[in-house]
Order: sequence, then structure tokens, then C-alpha cells
Amino acid sequence: MTAHLLGIDGMDRAEIEELLDLTDTFAEIGRRPIARVPALRGRTVATLFFEDSTRTRVSFDTAAKRLSADTLNFAAGSSSLSKGESLRDTVDVIASYGVDALVVRHPMAGTPHRIADWTDASVINAGDGSHEHPTQALLDAYTIRQHRGALDGMHVGIVGDIRHSRVARSNVLAFSALGAEITLVAPTTLLPPSLVGWPVRVSHDLDEVLPSLDVCYLLRMQRERITEGLIPSVREYVSDYGLDAARAARLPADALICHPGPTNRGVEISAEVATDPRSVILDQVVNGVSVRMAVLFLLLGSGRELVDKAESVAGA
Amino acid sequence: MAERERRQTPPFGGVFAAHARIMDADDMARAVSRMAHEVIERNHGLDLVVVIGLQTGGVPLAERLADALDEIEGIRPPVGSLDVALYRDDIGLRPVIPEAATDIPVDLDNSIVVLVDDVLFTGRTIRAALDAVCDFGRPRAIQLAVMVDRGHRELPIRPDFVGKNLPTRRDEVVDVHLEGVDLGVMQK
Repeated sequence: MTAHLLGIDGMDRAEIEELLDLTDTFAEIGRRPIARVPALRGRTVATLFFEDSTRTRVSFDTAAKRLSADTLNFAAGSSSLSKGESLRDTVDVIASYGVDALVVRHPMAGTPHRIADWTDASVINAGDGSHEHPTQALLDAYTIRQHRGALDGMHVGIVGDIRHSRVARSNVLAFSALGAEITLVAPTTLLPPSLVGWPVRVSHDLDEVLPSLDVCYLLRMQRERITEGLIPSVREYVSDYGLDAARAARLPADALICHPGPTNRGVEISAEVATDPRSVILDQVVNGVSVRMAVLFLLLGSGRELVDKAESVAGA
Repeated sequence: MAERERRQTPPFGGVFAAHARIMDADDMARAVSRMAHEVIERNHGLDLVVVIGLQTGGVPLAERLADALDEIEGIRPPVGSLDVALYRDDIGLRPVIPEAATDIPVDLDNSIVVLVDDVLFTGRTIRAALDAVCDFGRPRAIQLAVMVDRGHRELPIRPDFVGKNLPTRRDEVVDVHLEGVDLGVMQK
């Protein structure tokens, strides 16, 4: 059976922690004078992006290269998709290059799951619509763990456009699995229509929540939301939910400020707060490569499926 | 014993059953002390020496060797640890999982690296370790210290400092732990 990483949904605490523990090993490789190991020599990792992204694609590409895998980059804008080729055909063509892992980003939720049915390669979800973005959640959990030891009992506030955010969804699942308490802070229009089953509290008042937070996680505010009528104006959003210096002063001294990037300085985060000593935004970027190395190695190199085989031989 | 060996020795994933105690704790202490003297003699002191233990079995032994070197010379050389999992040649063939992050505390250029492992068997772990060390710099020399050399080499690799030479059958398992060294087999 081929192993995939399609979402945090379905991963339990032990699996998430195994991956975060393994990430330490790969973070150390990133600090070496020659940041490269031969672990995935001869393997090919393809990034298949049907939506714009720089940092996630570059992060996966760097992770694959540090493991000595070959990389193949496919971006929808410059492809035969614009000539009308179907998704299925595109995947088949890419797979026929002998690809071992497909890193997929697509504007439609569920696309990576569909692709996983079509191919023998390992599929990694790098963001599907407003559904999930599992490696982002893993790198965020790793970053918080790195600074605060563990997520158990941490109070994490996720602020902004929860409704359209795959990051928020994956993070809620990962952080809660690791024992954190989560408060979503957003206007009603930017919350999902139903929060039944989400292990979260909800607030519309950022100022009230700030003093009790261990982590203030800001989401990117997209300007399209104004034309959609979900917020009246950027100015109003900034005055209610933007993290500026005055608000940051209400955060505890040891709190962390996170943002998945790219940041809209002056909207969800002010320029001074982005460089506040409590901001770990650049750590998130660095850790992103380490976490993705761990994911790629676990799926392609660890032979984890062989462990199960060996155990079943032993049990037979 | 390392989880890797437990999983990979037939009948895979079994339990270690010792049939002979090869060294006891005193024997091991004497062997470590002798190896420490040999390291100092060979390198005319400890000026350039860096001791690096291989995960997992070599790490506690590297600490013990460094303690013994300190006792003799009054200098404790830098001690590091190295996980060679990502350099192994059996990735994709057998389960390979790194145990712990590598920690090389000093620049290895022009140093004399003494690699330490518990058991020398096929030599493939050491091959991987040589590649890994070279990614950290260009040591003046790399030497190898092992508690037990059990033979069955598959590569042209030999140890410089040996606690004990132990003839074994291929299907046997050598377990080096704090209280001594046991020879046994894996059983279901």
C-alpha cells in the first residue's frame, strides 16, 4: 500500500508526534555546512501546483533537494492545462516520468485524494481549496513546540478569515490533537457556517482574548473578501482584528506571534509587530523545510510499510 | 540492543535470548581503559582527537571512552554523536528510521575523528558513517573503535581499536549493554 499525507484529519497524536520528533533530525541537517544527505537518491519528487504559491513550492523543492531526490516542477499556468488537458491526463503524464511522490496544490477540496486513487506515487496535499494544508499545520506545531516545549494546555488564538482557510482547519485539528486549547477570533461572516464538532471556542473580541494567549496565530486577509461583502472595509477589519503594536502589548511576554505567510503588512499584522521579538514567522519558514523533509523521508525512504511486513512475518 | 537489529535479524521482531555472557562489566571497563591508552599512544596525545559515537549503541560507549581518556590525560576530548540512518545503503530495502539528531560540536577539519560503535559486523554502518563525517569537513584521519568485532565483513573496513574479537555465526546476535556483552539469538 502506498502511503500518502492527505490531511491532518485521520492522524492521531502519536503519528503527529512521531513526525515532529523525526523533524529534529532533519532540522539539524539544515544547519550543516553541506545541507544535504543521500537518503532519497534516485527518487523523484514532483510538485504539481494548480494554484499560485511561492513559499510552499520552494519549501518542498528545497526539502526534496536536501534529501538528494530529483525534483520536477509543474505549474498550471505554464502547462498544457491551458490547452484543455484534463487533470487525469496531466497526472498520468507526470506519473509516467517515474515519479515517487506528487506534491499537489489545487483550488478544489479533495483533489489530492482523487489523485491518490489514480497513481502509485505517494501524494502529499500542499493545500486543497479551503479544506486542508497538513504540512503547514505540522510546521506550525513544530515551531510552537520548539519555543514552548509542548502544546499541552497552550491557549492558541487563530485570528482572521477562518472560513476560507485550509491553514486554520488543519491547525485546529493538529493543535487540538496535541492538547492545545483553541479560540477562533473573527467576525461572524468569516467563520464557517457551522462549527459543530470543532474543538474550539469562538470570540469576536480580539482585545479581550489577547492577554490569555500563548500563541497568536494570524491568518492572511484576502482583499477579495471585501468585494464578496464579507467585511465592510479593510480599515474596519484592521481596527477590529489587525495586530498592531498596541494590541501586541496586551499579549504576554512569552507569547508567540505566528503567520503562515505571505503577510499583508498593515492589514492583519503591522510592520512593527512582524519584527517583534515574539514573532516566529521566519522560524516557521525554516521549520517548513525540515518538516517537509521528514514527511518525504517517512513516505519514501523509511520503509515503514516494511516494518509492518517484518512484524507480520514474525507473528506468523 | 538497537531496534534496527531486533527487527532485521531472523525471525524478525523476535526477542533476544542470550546463551553466553562474553564480557562482564569489569571486563568492559578494562577494555575501555586499554582502548583509551591505545588511542592516546597512536595519536601522541589528544590534541586533535574528537570522539564520535554512532547512534544508538556507540553513543554511551563514546562517553565512556572520553571519560577514560580524561582520566589518563586530564583532557576530555570533544564528544559528538552521529546518526547514519540517512546515509545507509539499504534505504528502500529495509526499515530505516533516524533515532536522534546528529550532534557534532566542533569543526572536523584537520581533526582526528575516533568513531565509536558497539558492534562491528558487515561494515556497512561504518561505510555510511565515513560518508556522513566527510559532510562535516575533512578530518586529518578517521579511526574506528568498537567494543566487539564479530567478523562477517562485507566491505574493506577494519577497526583500529577493539574491545574484543568475537567469532560468531551470522544468525547470532551480539548485545552490548552497560553490564556487559551477551551473545545469543533472536527467538519468536
